Order: sequence, then structure tokens, then C-alpha cells
Amino acid sequence: MLTPTEIQDKLDRILLKVTKPGRYVGGELNITVKDWNAAQTRVALVFPDIYDIGVSNVGLKILYDLINQREDALAERAYVPWTDMEALMRSNGIPLYGLETFHPLAAFDILAFSLPYETLYTNALNTLDLAGVPLRAAERDGRHPLIIAGGHSTMNPEPMSAFIDAFVIGEGEEVIQDMINVVQRVKGQRFNGEADLQSSTFDRDVMLKELARIPGVYVPRFYNVEYLEDGSVAAVSPCEPALPKTITKRMVAKLPPPPTKFIVPNIETVHNRATVEIMRGCTRGCRFCHAGMIVRPVRERPVDEVVAAAEEAIRNTGFEELALMSLSSSDYSQIVELVTKIGEKFSDRHLNVSLPSLRIESVSIDLMELLKDRRSGGFTLAPEAATERMRRIINKFIPDEDIINTTREIYRRGWVTLKLYFMIGHPSETLDDVRAIGELCKRVLAEGRKVIGYKARLNVGVSTFVPKSQTPFQWVPCDSVEQIKAKQNLLRDILKDRNIKLTLTHAEDTFLEALLSRGDRRIAEVIYAAWQAGAKFDAWNEGYRYDLWSAACAGQGLDPEFYTHRQRRVDEVFPWDHITAAVKKSYLFEDYRQSLEGITRIDCRQHCFACGILPTFKQVRRENPGGYWKCPEVKVRGEVLAAPGD
Amino acid sequence: MRLRVTFSKQGPLRYTGHLDLHKIWERAARRANLPLTYSQGFHPHPQIQLAAALPLGFSSRCELVDLKLNETLPLEGLVDRLQAAVPAGLHILHVEEIDERAPALQTQVTAAEFEILLRDEIAPQSLTLRLQTVMESESLPRERRGKPYDLRPLIEALNLIEPGPENLPRLWMRLAAREGATGRPEEVLDVLGIPLESTRVERSCLIFK
Repeated sequence: MLTPTEIQDKLDRILLKVTKPGRYVGGELNITVKDWNAAQTRVALVFPDIYDIGVSNVGLKILYDLINQREDALAERAYVPWTDMEALMRSNGIPLYGLETFHPLAAFDILAFSLPYETLYTNALNTLDLAGVPLRAAERDGRHPLIIAGGHSTMNPEPMSAFIDAFVIGEGEEVIQDMINVVQRVKGQRFNGEADLQSSTFDRDVMLKELARIPGVYVPRFYNVEYLEDGSVAAVSPCEPALPKTITKRMVAKLPPPPTKFIVPNIETVHNRATVEIMRGCTRGCRFCHAGMIVRPVRERPVDEVVAAAEEAIRNTGFEELALMSLSSSDYSQIVELVTKIGEKFSDRHLNVSLPSLRIESVSIDLMELLKDRRSGGFTLAPEAATERMRRIINKFIPDEDIINTTREIYRRGWVTLKLYFMIGHPSETLDDVRAIGELCKRVLAEGRKVIGYKARLNVGVSTFVPKSQTPFQWVPCDSVEQIKAKQNLLRDILKDRNIKLTLTHAEDTFLEALLSRGDRRIAEVIYAAWQAGAKFDAWNEGYRYDLWSAACAGQGLDPEFYTHRQRRVDEVFPWDHITAAVKKSYLFEDYRQSLEGITRIDCRQHCFACGILPTFKQVRRENPGGYWKCPEVKVRGEVLAAPGD
Repeated sequence: MRLRVTFSKQGPLRYTGHLDLHKIWERAARRANLPLTYSQGFHPHPQIQLAAALPLGFSSRCELVDLKLNETLPLEGLVDRLQAAVPAGLHILHVEEIDERAPALQTQVTAAEFEILLRDEIAPQSLTLRLQTVMESESLPRERRGKPYDLRPLIEALNLIEPGPENLPRLWMRLAAREGATGRPEEVLDVLGIPLESTRVERSCLIFK
């Protein structure tokens, strides 16, 4: 294994030959560089996309701080090199390394992958390969790092089960500590504190068994899958009775203090901003929304904590942008107070404050006005669908008139560019529903022209719905590539206007996301074959190769449409049924059934629909009463109060 | 007030380019709580001027930046205040106040000096001979981005200096750095037959009008 000095020396000779060499040298403001030899457990946090995208990831930043605060552990970062750098690293024998001390990844005890979306899977495989670690979990032994992964896409861990030793289900703040403790206990006796590049050998099986006992940790090798003749899953069961039949996600009762010492890159990246998470979870219950289903319950940070964190973050970073992050800003209960305070603190400081996911109502415009002295940039709203029938199906009900009135008001108050986001491919969508998107956009622009004339601009982003595991739409088929293309062509025809900019996602990208989202264990071999054939950077248009994925499916004798374009049986056992976000399958099915009837559900802060969160976490709720959680209270003594039907 | 800061740029920051360095100064000023003056208009930007772009990969111990501030601050303690706010690899050497109406920094540079460490073995006689040949030639026709030019008049001086660590040879050169007439160390190295990746280039001095 190369030493850090050898790696740096080799890097020195190739870096000027690649684009943006600043991606590969670390040294940023606010990083934590710890003494390698003094740390008993060394963790490399990997975001399997390029530096420019990964460096601002807030989830990994939280873990980076938590691990580095431990005296007995260190955390470093690694990203995937762009293709030019990868080629030079391979030809010069440079393994992937941690950006803090330039130790090769293979020398770490744990490689922890963030897998927020499925199109990173091949990059994760490529990372392991660049690190010189065997790709398949079964081929690794005591000499190799433990490979773990978490993030939203791991709510269906099965497609990556062949490559990851242990998955974290749910929120990582507490469970990462539990996992490090287990690794230390198992490796413990062998640690000698000396400058030993090779992580000490250990009994991998013992370690994995111990990890599998941690709540929220899923070790796929200890679970067997049986299939029915039609190819669907018959059952997933643990191979030892001591292991849980179902792995329930982890969830932190109170959001820990937000990170404020963000790493400030020395080069331009995608998001140059300090981010403060104001709220986790969402009570709206949009049926297409994966995050809305898996990140329950809603927990809000108090206004003062957010304001203090924002000030500290700007002081620590000097960033020109502050992002107040949540799934639905408008639903933060003290949003007006928060935005007023932030506006007061940061006006005249040449700071751009962003507030994502605003509801379609005039209050949102007031909020944006509090934050912006100028109307630069656009104003973004997401109606998602354009007919009221469709909005009932997806449970995001907004009357057309609200959209017209709000958008007209946005133009009237000085914004020239408006951005509207829609999705096509919702369940039971017809071409009429798609046509309605075009018509609505034209109406919005016509209203804008009445107010500010021909300078009014409209950007329309239309993505394609991909049914996700653990949501009410996990039973429905995803549109086929042909269906998507027909719908997109219709939109292109309608939205021919020089002041409308239409952005569409590639139909083939949707196909891949759909294949991986609801795949089972057999898809692992497809991912492997695709990677071997050269698939990587599937989230990038220039990277993704449809032909190669089709061939990979064929090579495994699998029909991709079985995964993408099939209506699931009502009683089907899903490949991810042994994993739960604490939202019951029966609840999801009921919600799905109601969507077919066009029945909407109101914000669950106003009425609890008994999704399953409260019974699972009733003890936690008892210990954390009050308005911090947006679920109903649970009595200290006696039965669960709130969840009707429980 | 207008501050002129002299600083060095080393380590990982060698791989940060000119535009990104601008951003680094803007953020450093915000962290140090220095009230930068912003331009008027729809997209206000901070009034920051760097003397001369330093090519990617080169280090320097003679960089200059002018920062225009809204207020007049005492100079005392500013070196430390700035040092505390900049990323590793920047070292603040000197801060002074200069006349707000003084001409823009980048128009005042005439030449730049470079020290170059040669990390791969080269026979000393061969090296001396190569230097001699370059300095004795009347012209060195080259092409850069499709445009022909003569490198020779841009080389004001070129010689060997005392060796660096591990007795590795070191070159020193002074190249013109006027508008439209900038000599580049990598071009000189190319003429000398020395691959850029086997060297370490440091800008040691900027020469002003």
C-alpha cells in the first residue's frame, strides 16, 4: 500500500494534466485533520460523485463533525475522480485516498457511502475498485475495510446488497456511533497504536453479526430471499432467529445542533453555501414523495437556534449564500418570524438567502420579499400536476385559480422569471393531463404579460415520476420510455414560445432510476455487469448509457419491465418489506387505494392518519413531549392517545 | 480606504486559479468582518483587484491584492485579522494603505521573476548548454493558442541559482509581464526540454512600473 507521501508525490506529477485539480488536493478551510496514528478507528466518508457535488453534502458534514469530535476516531472525505483523473490515477497506480491525510482508502477501518439516489450505484462500485477493495462483500475478509452505506435510496437496500456489508436504515447521527463502538470492540485487542497502514485484521463474521444486532442496521448476508415462480419475492427471512425479521429505521428524537463549520472549497463548486436545516420531515403527505414518507415525524428547530446557527455559519465560512433547508419551508410553523429575523440580520451584507419549497400562496411572496432586496433570480413553485383530478391523486391539492393568482402576483411584485416544476407519469395520467400542463403554463405566462408585458419569462421543469419503495405508489408501474417520450413531445409542441424554457428529464434516465429503485437482489448482478461494461456517472447525461444497462439486464436473463413497468399485485411481498421507515404497509396501501378514488388527505398536523410512526416511537414521543414534534402527544401513562385505528 | 495586501500562495492553494482566488478573498473579507465596497448595479460585486494571474500549479511568495473598503480602519492588527480568516496555503506578509486613486494594480506590472526547482536528474553540463543556447538565440518562434509569437524578447534573464533540497538544480528567470506581452515559465521550460510536471515553479517577485 502506498504511503501518503508517495501518493502526494505521484499526484504532483499528474494534477496539472487534469481539469480542476483543486478537486483532488484538500486543504480547504474548516476541514479537520487528525493524527492518523492516534485514532483507533478511521472512517472515510464517501460521496460517490465528483467533489463539486459532494463537498457541500450536509448529511456527510454532520457525520464528519460527529466522528471527528470523538477522541478515538477520525473521519476524512473522498469523492469520485472525474474521468480524466481516474484514467491518470489508474495508469500511475494511485489508489483513491482520503483528502485530509492522503492515506489510501483501503487503509481505513470503515468506508461509509452516502447513497441519496440510485444513479450513484455504479460510482460506488467504481470507488471500491479505485480503492483496491474487492467489490463483493463476500470476497472481503479481515484485511479489508468495513463497507457501510446510508441515505434515502437505501430504504430499498437490495440492489446494492451484494456490495455493502451493512446498511444504515434511517437517520445516521446516533447509529454511526453505535457502529464505531462495535468496530472498536471487535478490533479492540488488536489495536497497537503504531503506524500501521494496513488496518488490523479481524474476524469479519463476528463483526457483522454484532453490527446486525444494532437497531437500524441491516446486514444483507444474514437474510435469505425466496422467490415465487412469477419472479416476485416469496419471503425474506433472517438466517438466525436472534436477528430481527424487520429492520426499523433509526430516528433522532431531537435534531442535534446543526453543523456551522462548513468546508469552504478553494474552487468553484455546485453549491457554495451555508445550509441550516430548519425542519426535518413533512406533514403534507404527497403520495409521490419518497422523503415525505420516510423522514417522519416532523421535527422543527426553534427559531433562535436557526438564527444563531445561520450567523455562526456565515461567520465561519464567509459564504455568499445561506440556505434554509427543509422539505417544505412554508410549513415551518414560525416561518414568518424566522424569515423576518434572518432578513434583519443579513440585509446589506450581500448575502443571498434561499428558501426552497414554498407553497403556492401569496404569503410565499411576502417571505421572499423579506429575504431579497432585489428580484434577481427566479421565483420557483412546484404545482407538480396541472389538473385537479391529478392533484387529488397525488394528494397535492391546489386549485388552478390559486396558481394563477399567485403567479400573477409574483410578476406584479417585480420578478421577471418564474419557474414552475411539474411531473409527468403520475398514476393513471392521460395525455389530457399532460396537455393541461402546457395549457396552464401558457395561461401563467399570459397573465404575466398582462402585468409586465413581453419581458415576462417562464421556465418550466418537467421531470418524470418514478415510483419509490416505502411510498403509497410502490404498487404502480412507471411509464415506459415510449410513453414518456410521447408525453414529452406533446409538451414540446404546446410550449413553443420564445419566453418559455422547457426542461425535460431524459426518458432513459427515468428507466434506469425506476429499475434500480424497486429492484431486488438479482439487480445487484445487473449493476455489476453494467459497471464492468463501463457504466459510471449515471446521474450525468454524458455518462449514462441506456444500451449498456439493457444489455446488462439481458445478460442476467432479467426483463427490466418486470421492475419498471409492472403493476404489482395487491398482496405482493416487496423485496424491501423487511425494511421499514416505521410507516406501515397497510397505511401506504390505504393511501394508495384512496388516491385511486381521488380522496385527498389533509395535512397530518391537523388530523393524525395513524401512519405507524407513533406506535413505533411512542416511548420516544413520551420522552419528548410538546410542539417540537408535529405528531400528536402520547400520554405518559396508559395507552397511545392519538393514533386512531391503532 | 484601499488596502494593499502582500501574500504568499502555497500548498494546496497552488491548484486554485485566478477567479477562484477572487472568491477566496471575498469570503476571507466577510469572515474577517472587513466591509468590502461593492459595485453598483444589478449584480454588485466586491471591489477586489489581483495584480497578475498566477498560472495553476505555481506557488508564489509575492502576490498582491487590493481590497476597497467602505470604512477606514486602523492598519494595526490587520495582518493577524486577515491571517485568521484565510485558508491554509495563504500567508499574509504585509498590509498597507494606498491612495484610492492610484492606478489599478494589474496595469502596473511589467515583469515577474520565477524560481524553478527541477525534480528530475539533468546533467549539469547539458543544462548550462541549454540555457546558453536559449539566451544566445536571436528569436524563439513559438505558437500559443494558434497565434505565433517570439518568446525570446520576453525572457529578460535566465540562469542557474544555488541548488535546492537534495541538491536538485534550480533555475531563475525574469519574464516580461506587460499587457499583451507576458512570458510564461512553462514555455521557457518547453524550449529547454524540461517537462513542466517534473518541476516546482514559484513566483518570487513581481516588478512594477
